[in-house]
Amino acid sequence: MTKQQLGRSGARSPAQGYPRGDDAGCHVLHVDMDAFYASVELLRHPELVGTPVIVAGGGTRGVVLSATYEARALGVHSAMPASRARRLCPSATFLAPHHDDYARISAGVMAIFGSVTPHVEPLSLDEAFLDVSGALRRLGSPSQIGEQIRTTVQDEQGITCSVGVASTKFVAKLASGRCKPDGLLVVPADQVIEFLHPLQIGALWGVGDKTEEALHRLGLRTVADLANTPVGTLERALGHAAGRHLWQLAWGRDERTVVPDVQEKSIGRDRTFETDVDDPAVVHRELLASSQSVASQLRARALAGRTIAIKVRFADFTTITRSRTLSHPTDVARDIYATAVALFDALGLDRARVRLVGVRVEGLVDGSTVAHQLTLDERPEAWRAAERAADQAADRFGRGVVRPASLVEIPDP
Amino acid sequence: MKFRVERDVFAEAVAWAARSLPSRPPLPVLAGLLIDAQEGGLTLSSFDYEVSARVEVEADVSEPGSILVSGRLLADITRSLPDRPVEMSTEEGDRKAQLVCGSSKFSLQTLPREDYPSLPVMPDAAGTLPGAEFAAAVAQVAVAVGRDDTLPVLTGIRVEFEGDRLVLAATDRYRLAVRELHWVPGRTDLTTVALVQGRSLADTARALGDAESVTIALTGSGSGEGLIGFEGAAGKESRRTTNRLLDGEFPKYRALLPAEASSVAVIESSALLETVKRVALVADRNTPVRLAFEEGQLVVEAGAGDEAQAVESLECGYTGEALTIAFNPQFLQEGIAALGTAYTEISFTTSTKPAVIAGRTEPESASDGSYRYLIMPVRLSG
Repeated sequence: MTKQQLGRSGARSPAQGYPRGDDAGCHVLHVDMDAFYASVELLRHPELVGTPVIVAGGGTRGVVLSATYEARALGVHSAMPASRARRLCPSATFLAPHHDDYARISAGVMAIFGSVTPHVEPLSLDEAFLDVSGALRRLGSPSQIGEQIRTTVQDEQGITCSVGVASTKFVAKLASGRCKPDGLLVVPADQVIEFLHPLQIGALWGVGDKTEEALHRLGLRTVADLANTPVGTLERALGHAAGRHLWQLAWGRDERTVVPDVQEKSIGRDRTFETDVDDPAVVHRELLASSQSVASQLRARALAGRTIAIKVRFADFTTITRSRTLSHPTDVARDIYATAVALFDALGLDRARVRLVGVRVEGLVDGSTVAHQLTLDERPEAWRAAERAADQAADRFGRGVVRPASLVEIPDP
Repeated sequence: MKFRVERDVFAEAVAWAARSLPSRPPLPVLAGLLIDAQEGGLTLSSFDYEVSARVEVEADVSEPGSILVSGRLLADITRSLPDRPVEMSTEEGDRKAQLVCGSSKFSLQTLPREDYPSLPVMPDAAGTLPGAEFAAAVAQVAVAVGRDDTLPVLTGIRVEFEGDRLVLAATDRYRLAVRELHWVPGRTDLTTVALVQGRSLADTARALGDAESVTIALTGSGSGEGLIGFEGAAGKESRRTTNRLLDGEFPKYRALLPAEASSVAVIESSALLETVKRVALVADRNTPVRLAFEEGQLVVEAGAGDEAQAVESLECGYTGEALTIAFNPQFLQEGIAALGTAYTEISFTTSTKPAVIAGRTEPESASDGSYRYLIMPVRLSG
């Protein structure tokens, strides 16, 4: 019986072989849904349970958003081009994503977390940190709480999750990753060093490819190597703050606390074209569609942002981002689009083949307190009012009923 | 070439001529400053195809000639020289120039004189006005000049010539400054407009502020390849500059000036300026100051919610319904400061329509219509 089968058979006790350990002082839980999108899709397609299933967006040119563990066993992972996933795993069933379902189930899962403690810090739709120190008397020890969460999520939402229990956020996150799928792992406070030091450096939260490369150049491979390097050396290699921070992590020290309701830092949308595009007009149109989508999301959440960023990925997968900060925060698609187009045109591309473009608004602030500097020459308020009216029409009649003329698809005559 | 000149005279002349030198010249020679020494005086000039500057000063020229040297370097040197007469001469057949002042000696490389473009010819004089008046008027509108180079038209100051009247206007879309003044035109039927690079005009006007009389010169229609020239004499110096006019249509600003106001406030200028400055200390970038007007009183506030807050009230003559309006504090301060009058009059229509700032010499006197500063409010929340 493989681990996966064990998990899926509905065993509610922690998978065998994972230490329960002493969870005193381990008040941080990291809860992560297992193969979230794929698991949700399996709820629609129970006949596919136990087979490789890949959720990918954007047709044949899309990227893998999620895959069942049967597909992962063959090397498929998220963010991989769908075409490559198909080669690795030809027998897999490819499914298109249903984002509305994911949002609905995510909300249900977050509500379960909320019933445990108000100290929930969501990281994305399918994972969150919980600080359960205030719930111990009511609900039991941290690992008992973890098990209760796993049972409730399975019962109410029909999907499995894994829980890491530790004294700090980043160890809890590592722990949940180590017991996947459908597991629970406690890293006792006095065994953090033993747990961390054998790990590869890349496993540390916040170490990306660049940092890993820089550390490999110093001959550092494991967390133990990192921990036993003088902190000054790391500061020189990675910068003062980053070097010191990583060194602290390597010794299991993480001052970050669970912060509930973290404000969203940015809202963006990007899209991969069906085929690579070299016509600036087509790119502009996509930027407009993205600006519209981002602006309506901003307005729906009563946010506004000052920094507009675009992302462009070329046919060879090189990716660049450019951003510009406006003098005032905006939630108006027209302003976002004007800036996005200016940024794109400033790249001075000579019919380069573009694979993906995206628009992102950063530096978000509460839209209700934003002050709008009015201008003498135009009436931006009128644009904002028009876009708000389109939002209302969309709420009532569905997305896209009112849109810029250039985004209306003309049926072939 | 060889000449001897007073240090102060030379430093000022070099500073004037080097002022418009481009920091990244399109051609290396355009970073140069041309020194032309002839019997009785020097002419220093610079040109970057947009702006030319020329200044004549008295000097003791013992050997006439002309050279081109790096303007920025010469300006840096002359600014820091000791207070002794300056002697400049060429050696090695004009390939190097030597500058001696007291015991300091500088040897400068010269640039190829033959590659230097000839300066545009000064256009025909159109009229004159006192330098100080010109400088003050330009400074008043320069505050509203746009800084966004992607909107070149708004980086200019529009100059309208209508007989014996000049109208200067500038806007950056958030405010508009309009100044009217009288001058002495060469011919009374002169009617034309010119759009002049704002920053450069402000510099020019300031530098000609000491001149008893400034001559404005214009070519042709006043657009396209048009040129505007300014010339003034201060003491023993004669300064002159030409600017290429900007292209483009300046916004039709007259329609923006409200015909009437629903309420009017009159406040002592210095008190208002101080208050706004203080209250604005808690206003982060892009957050406004709020002005609440009611009979006899103005309350200025900034900050909200969890952030730092400030409030201050001051005496104010007010007629009209109570009104709360918010402004960018910097725009507001610049407008009040530009007035230069003891009292500030602000007239409003509504809290989302432009307010007009004008000066008054006394609380009860009529407003000074020669300068108006239109400011767009900030709309709060929503």
